Amino acid sequence: MEAATARARGRPGRRRKRYGQSERRFAAAMVTPSLVVIALVAAYPIGYAIWLSLNQYSVRVAGLSRFVGLDNYTSALSSSEFWSATGTTFLFTVISVTLELVIGLGMALAMHQAFKGRALLRTVVLVPWAILTVVTAITWRTIFEPELGLAPVMLDKLGLPGADTVWLGERGYALAVMIFADVWKTAPFMALLLLAGLQVIPKELHEAAEVDGAGTWQRFRRITLPLLRPAILVALIFRTLDALRIFDLPYVLTKGANGTTTLSVLSYEKFSQDRLLGEGSALAVLTFIVVMAVSFLYIRLVGGNLRTLTEE
Amino acid sequence: MRPVLLWAAVVLIIVFCLFPFYWLINVSLKSGADLSSADLLPPAPTLDNYDSIFKNADFTKALRNSAIVTGITTTLALAVGSFAAYALARRRFPLKFLILAVILSISTFPPIAIAAPIFKLWTDWGLYNTYAGLVLPYLAFALPLCIYILTSFFKEIPRELEEAALVDGATYFQAFRKVVLPLAAPGLVTAGLLTAIFVWNEFLLAQTLTSSSDARTVPVAVNNFTGSTRFEIPLGTISAASVVITVPLVVAVIAFQRRIVAGLTAGAVKG
Repeated sequence: MEAATARARGRPGRRRKRYGQSERRFAAAMVTPSLVVIALVAAYPIGYAIWLSLNQYSVRVAGLSRFVGLDNYTSALSSSEFWSATGTTFLFTVISVTLELVIGLGMALAMHQAFKGRALLRTVVLVPWAILTVVTAITWRTIFEPELGLAPVMLDKLGLPGADTVWLGERGYALAVMIFADVWKTAPFMALLLLAGLQVIPKELHEAAEVDGAGTWQRFRRITLPLLRPAILVALIFRTLDALRIFDLPYVLTKGANGTTTLSVLSYEKFSQDRLLGEGSALAVLTFIVVMAVSFLYIRLVGGNLRTLTEE
Repeated sequence: MRPVLLWAAVVLIIVFCLFPFYWLINVSLKSGADLSSADLLPPAPTLDNYDSIFKNADFTKALRNSAIVTGITTTLALAVGSFAAYALARRRFPLKFLILAVILSISTFPPIAIAAPIFKLWTDWGLYNTYAGLVLPYLAFALPLCIYILTSFFKEIPRELEEAALVDGATYFQAFRKVVLPLAAPGLVTAGLLTAIFVWNEFLLAQTLTSSSDARTVPVAVNNFTGSTRFEIPLGTISAASVVITVPLVVAVIAFQRRIVAGLTAGAVKG
């Protein structure tokens, strides 16, 4: 559009060629540093990880290795720890992202109402997001500290079950704490993304529906939800990508004990603690494949955005 | 929504967001026997824990390391990222869409996938346990976000201004440096804040690529905290250290709420 008006003004005759030589050289020079960094520290290591995963490295003699082909993958795919870590990762992802969506949507709807102190609320909501993941883990570990943490004491006072449980020491309970921590930290982030989506829904639609006698619930179901769908999708994919990669929370909470070993934690344990570079890399590559499959969906969804950003 | 319901919701949200962190502050102000009680207010508030963490050289060095690594990464990411973003937003050249898609897909890489190979490469190249060894991978992960945010900001700046400069004989780089960049200051603040928060927060790579207080950053240092004796649970000092490393981020969020929200939602609205 802009190009058309410029042409009408009869100016950029200097843009006869599709891309001017100097413009092209300038752009290449500007983009190159970023691409070099990304190639060197992201793309090359991924390639190297694939190479490492095809070899077996000696634990005792540094530098000693032999090519083993896909052995590391077949042994990973036939091990129970891999499937249990995959199960944990997906269980964690599905439960926490669902809770985050529900709570985040509730928060976004409240924050969308007009009232004094809305800006204050928006700042408050950013606080959990700003807290370091390691600190989040420490906070929730402190809250569930047996006997003297807030949670057991409260549960005891209210006479609810779970007061005598060592939460982080038991399967299921430990995963629950991990989910609480994650939902607490990221539901507000979800809320902000959804709030941005709510703000672009024209008010007139709601007003017209109200005049026609639609109730609050009807308006929510027929207007808000359908129009919010793109924002919900992007938020879901953002969060799913993060949840599938999760490492900090389980590592700091329990070091992956008691059924909280996610794919990232398992891979880390292999290459860092057990010094099994080949096996660890194979697991990392498998994690990478799972995450990239989801991120492919993400890129397709925001693809429209990318086109607007790059068009002339 | 009815006002009563709305206010109930608002109070609930505030409690939900702030209470867990309040609990951590509460614990950090307790010492001795008070630590084994679940009082909502410290019975005898004391700064002992804070006193002891600032006497801990490992912790103060980690604070310094984090500040340096965050500062360097943010500066480099803004410089390098703004170059690429300007070219992508404004100049014409082939393969633009592909380049932006590749850059953006990097932001979805699981850090674990590059942790093992980088650990091995850095050990071979002497970058293990150094600032540079942390800055480089952080830069790779921060650049996609910076480039994405800055590209959208550059797009918003009226084209006429730099075209006038170009007609007057400015080079492309001068037009970028003197005309576009100053106008995109809010975008730089947004991208810089998000980068700094990411770097300050990062744990997995810091844990993998450092081994001593020479380069160890705060998340790793705090997770490594042990009590003065091996059997003491350092609940108080860990909480105090956690509060200290979180304060800069909370201050940044309060001061720049608008900018941060703008950055976070940049990718989501148009979907």
